[in-house]
Amino acid sequence: MAVDAGAFATGPSLRRARLRLSGLFWRRPWLKAAGLLGPPLGAFLIVYVGALAILFISSFWTVNSFTSAIEHTWTLANYRLIFAGGQPYLHIAALTLEIAAAVTVTDAILAFPLAFFMARLAGKRTRALLFVMVLLPLWSSYLVRVYAWQAILSHNGALNWALNGLGLPDQNVAYTNTAMWIVFSYLWLPFMVLPIYAALERIPDSYLEASADLGARGVRTFRAVILPLALPGVVAGSIFTFCLTLGDYITPLLVGGPSSQFIGNTVYRYIGEANVPFAAAFATIPLAIVGVYLLLARRLGAFEAL
Amino acid sequence: MRRIRKGHALTAVLLVAVVAGFAIPAASVKASRTGLPTKIGKGEGALNVIEWPAYTDPSFAKKFQQQTGCIIHRKDAGSSNEMFALMHANGGGGGGQYDLVSASGDASLRLIYAHDVQAVNVHLIPSWKNFLPAFKSPPHNTVNGIHYGISLQWGPNTLIYNTKKVKPAPKGWSSIYSPKYKGKLTVPNNPIQIADAALYLMTTKPSLGIKDPYELTRAQLTAAAQLLIRQKPLLKRYWNYATDEDTSFKNGDVWMGAGWPYQTLQLQSNKVPVKEIVPLPTTGWADTWMLAARAPHPNCAYMWMKYVTTPKVEAKQAIVFGETPVNPKACPYMNQLSKGSCAGYHLNEPASYYNKIHFWKTPVPTCGWKKGNSCMDYNAWQQAWTQITG
Repeated sequence: MAVDAGAFATGPSLRRARLRLSGLFWRRPWLKAAGLLGPPLGAFLIVYVGALAILFISSFWTVNSFTSAIEHTWTLANYRLIFAGGQPYLHIAALTLEIAAAVTVTDAILAFPLAFFMARLAGKRTRALLFVMVLLPLWSSYLVRVYAWQAILSHNGALNWALNGLGLPDQNVAYTNTAMWIVFSYLWLPFMVLPIYAALERIPDSYLEASADLGARGVRTFRAVILPLALPGVVAGSIFTFCLTLGDYITPLLVGGPSSQFIGNTVYRYIGEANVPFAAAFATIPLAIVGVYLLLARRLGAFEAL
Repeated sequence: MRRIRKGHALTAVLLVAVVAGFAIPAASVKASRTGLPTKIGKGEGALNVIEWPAYTDPSFAKKFQQQTGCIIHRKDAGSSNEMFALMHANGGGGGGQYDLVSASGDASLRLIYAHDVQAVNVHLIPSWKNFLPAFKSPPHNTVNGIHYGISLQWGPNTLIYNTKKVKPAPKGWSSIYSPKYKGKLTVPNNPIQIADAALYLMTTKPSLGIKDPYELTRAQLTAAAQLLIRQKPLLKRYWNYATDEDTSFKNGDVWMGAGWPYQTLQLQSNKVPVKEIVPLPTTGWADTWMLAARAPHPNCAYMWMKYVTTPKVEAKQAIVFGETPVNPKACPYMNQLSKGSCAGYHLNEPASYYNKIHFWKTPVPTCGWKKGNSCMDYNAWQQAWTQITG
């Protein structure tokens, strides 16, 4: 009986507290929003933004080359070294940027007709089949796909075998920047096809009919109606292809040649040397490039197409 | 807007806390120089190692686990850099997680100066007194007479070539600097490769006055880097992992390159027509089992160092990996496992042979041959290498 009495005693007070709390939430709606959003937002800020901030802060420190201990004195030495004349870092950044740009343009050119066919011409079944084929590579491991290309492009590989069969001479594509360009273009193609498809599919048929009614032929309709409406999709896709290439370091390692060092490779090497400050400083460069790129992409309406 | 600003303030406070926590342990780790153990105590039941893949191969580690009850947990590393980074992470000294690391000479001094490893009592390792003199107190793991680990195995850096494509057979290291096989060459992607160039210049350009390929002045380092920059257009690629080099030889992209006996063995077992030569003088590597400064299982670590340097185990590991024991008593066991392998791996050479192999050691500012801190440190080598490969 004593136990029951205790339960009766806490019951109403608990209920009262709950009522008071819901009253508080009703009077102050922002409190409810904060309670709901707080935990995930806090975790996001600490884990994601916090990690980036720490990285950025440490880029102003240096490492004692003898003990590998981090010296917490503020200095711009790392950034000065990156931009100093005769240093390889700007060259490495430029190469990374060039390949990323080339891959983006290549993927846009390859993906557009495919996405156009899928969105506007293909029947239901063909479209499903094409979707599976575009997505299929994404279901296998990244490494498997890169190694497959290594096997294709190598001296005794499928490419030279096919060329020799046609009576053409060997091509030494493996371990060059060309190989990197090909492999990256292949790897990120699905990320370009899908946003363009989404953008093209959203164009109402009535627009095209209106264009035809006003006397525009196919080419004119394509240039004046389809292309401007599909452009945000292309830009959205380019965010993926550009950023993914910019941050990669495995493909240069596996199919790159003697002059194929990416920003990522350099960062990885310096982390291995326990020189985190310099790695952090160099890693800020792609971050800045991506930042500028995203601002441009937003101008072009890419975020509505995502 | 107020809400957002509050969020900012909170983030800032948290950040400061995290940064402070991040900064303190880095400075507080010190190597213990005194209080070496005088006997090996009872095993702790576990041993966590950072190793070259399969350096604790079950073929010889199984017996150790049965004898000592120390169960081995392995973390494979692909490069010296990875090993150093793993040991230096989480406050350093193995992060309180790892006990041993099988460091090569290009990482061992770095680990010592970063206080990531601690001194060991070599007298607890009975085989140590039988080691080849060159590996008892080598400069890559012994500083001021203090031992920071037990030498394990070594090998020369070798010149591997495809016997079908490279005719006549190469005679020396000049082959990887000559345009004869342009576009068919490979060398390791490792700053320590600068030492190979320096060694080559030591004989071909004596006016530079290079005395030790790991102790270079600024002018000497620049000269070595220039040689490597001239070499770059001759290369198909720099190889990152031993398997990368194997693949390139197998696929016919590469005909000749610098490597280790390990790759030659792998390629030959895959029926690729390759041979290797060891042009003297050459660079070489020597591995050391080093004890982490914050090792949680030191007794098991000592037991492993004791076990792995016994002649039988040394012989077994040598044959499996294509490397040479530091304990010459392994010789008869090697010949038992594979006829003539003791001589094949140069375990029976006179002391003068070892003087012609310049074993990897981390470049530090103090030169042995020159007064003062006038040599280029590893940071400078690292930057030079980035410049060469960038």
